[in-house]
Amino acid sequence: MVGEVVALEIPARAEFVALARLVVSALAATDTQLADARVDDLKIAVSEACTNAIEAHDSVDTDERVRVRCRAHDRGLEVSVEDQGPGFDPSDLPDHPPVTDPDRLKFERGLGIPLIRALVDEVEITSSGGGTAVRLLMLHAADDATD
Amino acid sequence: MDLGLDVSERGGFAVLSVHGEVDVYTAPKFRERLIELVTEGKHQIVVDLEGVDFLDSTGLGVLVGGLKRLRSHDGDLLLVCTQSRILKVFEITGLTKVFSIHESVDEATGVASGATTEDRAGDSADV
Repeated sequence: MVGEVVALEIPARAEFVALARLVVSALAATDTQLADARVDDLKIAVSEACTNAIEAHDSVDTDERVRVRCRAHDRGLEVSVEDQGPGFDPSDLPDHPPVTDPDRLKFERGLGIPLIRALVDEVEITSSGGGTAVRLLMLHAADDATD
Repeated sequence: MDLGLDVSERGGFAVLSVHGEVDVYTAPKFRERLIELVTEGKHQIVVDLEGVDFLDSTGLGVLVGGLKRLRSHDGDLLLVCTQSRILKVFEITGLTKVFSIHESVDEATGVASGATTEDRAGDSADV
């Protein structure tokens, strides 16, 4: 299965995020070296990345599709989610107040990228004015996880 | 994909039972129902997540917004969740310290009788 690629283009609409999740998790489930819990983690990460991509397209009112690409890697499963939104600076995301701070409840959004970083083993975000690509790698051995 | 939202009453709490997947597509319906409950004067709400198959940060956002709204009315929003894959997103984001999370609706609504989380943690052998 190493080297096999599955590519999907979804309309940039909220109802298609579930489809992207389904395809990626079904593919991940065929990898016997990925435990079920890891597949669940990847499913959440893909959902977050696709949600961000769809919101990015919405912000510039484009009909372009969001591209989801999975590649069976010798180290695990790699998933990339690409949009053609306005881009953002990944190093400039606002920090949430500590959970003990009452102001924490002012933040209903912005949890997606931290969740992605916590759930998958490797994350690479490349963003420019022409769009954003999020590459996720879920390793076969969780012990190799670094962040 | 559809989201099931059932409301019942238990011990002075409105219990909102959620079924299905909570994501960017279904979250608006979830948010709308929570806001309706608050508007109806239900300021003590238990959200039962036992029927939830999937929840991402959009769902967390709805719950955080609901809690904020209820606290502004001196109310509270308690959660029922025992599924490790759902609890994990609360743990990663630190929201286990923001929400009161319970193992059952009975336990959550029992909060009204004065039991604390610590009390209940030590009650596992009790009937």
